[in-house]
Amino acid sequence: MNNLVILPILIPLLVGIILIFFKNSKHIQRVASIIATSSMLVISSYMTYIVYTDGIQTIELGAWPAPFGIVLVADLLSSSLVTLSALLSIVCLIFAFQTFSAEREKNYFHPFFLFLMVGVNGSFLTGDLFNLFVFFEVMLIASFILISMGSKRYQLRESLKYVIINTVSSMFFITAIAYLYGVTGTLNMADLSQKVAELEQTGVVSVIAVIFLFVFGTKSAIFPLYYWLPHSYFAPPAAIAALFGGLLTKVGVYTILRTYTLIFPHDPLVFQILLILGGLTMFIGVLGAVSQFDFKRILAVHIVSQVGYMIMGIGIFTPLAIAGTFYFLVHNIIVKSALFLYAGIAEKITGTSHLKQMSGLLKTHPYVGWLFFITAFSLAGIPPLSGFFGKFALVVAGLEAGHYFIIAVSLITGVLTLFSMLKIFMTSFWGEVKAPDPDAKNKKVGNLLVTTLPLVALTIILGVAAEPFIHFSLELAEQLMDPSDYINSVLKE
Amino acid sequence: MEILMILTIGVLFTVATYLILSKSLLRVIIGVVVISHGAHLLLLTLSGLQQGAPPLLGEEASAYSDPLPQALILTAIVIGFGITAFMLVLAYRTYKEHKTDNFDELRGTEDE
Repeated sequence: MNNLVILPILIPLLVGIILIFFKNSKHIQRVASIIATSSMLVISSYMTYIVYTDGIQTIELGAWPAPFGIVLVADLLSSSLVTLSALLSIVCLIFAFQTFSAEREKNYFHPFFLFLMVGVNGSFLTGDLFNLFVFFEVMLIASFILISMGSKRYQLRESLKYVIINTVSSMFFITAIAYLYGVTGTLNMADLSQKVAELEQTGVVSVIAVIFLFVFGTKSAIFPLYYWLPHSYFAPPAAIAALFGGLLTKVGVYTILRTYTLIFPHDPLVFQILLILGGLTMFIGVLGAVSQFDFKRILAVHIVSQVGYMIMGIGIFTPLAIAGTFYFLVHNIIVKSALFLYAGIAEKITGTSHLKQMSGLLKTHPYVGWLFFITAFSLAGIPPLSGFFGKFALVVAGLEAGHYFIIAVSLITGVLTLFSMLKIFMTSFWGEVKAPDPDAKNKKVGNLLVTTLPLVALTIILGVAAEPFIHFSLELAEQLMDPSDYINSVLKE
Repeated sequence: MEILMILTIGVLFTVATYLILSKSLLRVIIGVVVISHGAHLLLLTLSGLQQGAPPLLGEEASAYSDPLPQALILTAIVIGFGITAFMLVLAYRTYKEHKTDNFDELRGTEDE
């Protein structure tokens, strides 16, 4: 029992509820949400340290013993992802302070931002499938509101589709839970891991695994379920798009990683499906990105392609591949949000996000250009940066396991990624100064740039000093591939 | 009883699929509501219909019904209510802004 585990859920929940009563006071809201997110960061980094030294930490809610009550579990994967989400939320909040209108902040932006963090942290930490559904819904309702906040014509239209698609997939989540409960009689993930392994009807388990793949695939936008993503992530302002692009799809990837390593690791057919879907997701995603001509839209479609890499890593399913998937996940959370923030900065300078209408930003705002250059190269996987090592681990793992075709696809995808990133750089930053907004030259964006610096620093550190992080990922992969530790610490056997 | 429940669930899912695939905004939302009821009934049926005495009343019965599915369904219904209410408000605002409830006309175009 360790009460620390529940704090990343409890703090944003309580602060969020209190902030509903301080609707009109901008300062109280800002200070309170910054305090809440930074204490989340401190607590979750301390939690990661404890998990790293003392092993997996759990808490049984209401002191009900494990298979009957709800447990929260912090292993290396969940605690490090909670830390990362806290860091990202601080960066996005500070970015939002500088870009959002006062009206938007008054209309309950802060409470819903914090409730979103409740959902995200809860999904990472929970050890119970139904509880996972509940936290998913908390996250989704908050994201529905954040994405439609502002009520522009475009936003209303696209958020409606986002809401309907995600709600339907949630209903399939309940259906899958119903099947699983009918077959095994438990919803605790550690308990499920044992019961499913003992089960003799493998056909039923495969069906359930594929329904779960449909549900989590919709959330994480894998092929062919990614249709909703590019449009709806284009709609909200940059700070929210950065948080969504960095975190929300990754929660889907996390749940795939968790369920397929813990509950359904016995079925080779499912991993075949994951491999094929991963290849299709990354290739078709990057083709979509190449065809676009809008800063934010290219980045939004790119999310799909990057999710494909992670799905491929889960499909290969060796310790090295899982370590690579985790490394890539962390890298992608950081870099994707940083890129969305640069899209926001470019939009603030020029007043547009369409690539054909702006150019020459490098002359007027050189720091924006070079910082974007670093992060874009990191996304494409150029060696000294963090993107390279995740891909490298995945490629080596794929070659060791003999999946040559999918590795070829991933390398081609890498080249196309580089091409689409360079397209942004060449058209919007290179060339003569051109922007629809005549004041573009005099716009000061120094404060906005400072907020993105932690993310850029992190992608450089993860790349240049990769060794300790790779060790950490390998240890984490060992923990995931051998779930006995997880089961023992939850069920106390 | 199980057969009847399964048939009901099948009908609900069929109706919901038909409604979700239609063009009118309100029908799609009703479809989502119907599919959620189908999923809740499925959860109730698959975890076993009444198998013994109600739980928590005494300790002398030989078998007890499982109380967990009902707790799960209660939670799911509450969440479903919240989402339905939000969807209806969103649909109303969309209808006001776009002056249409037809999904064909709500299709996204690049230049907006």
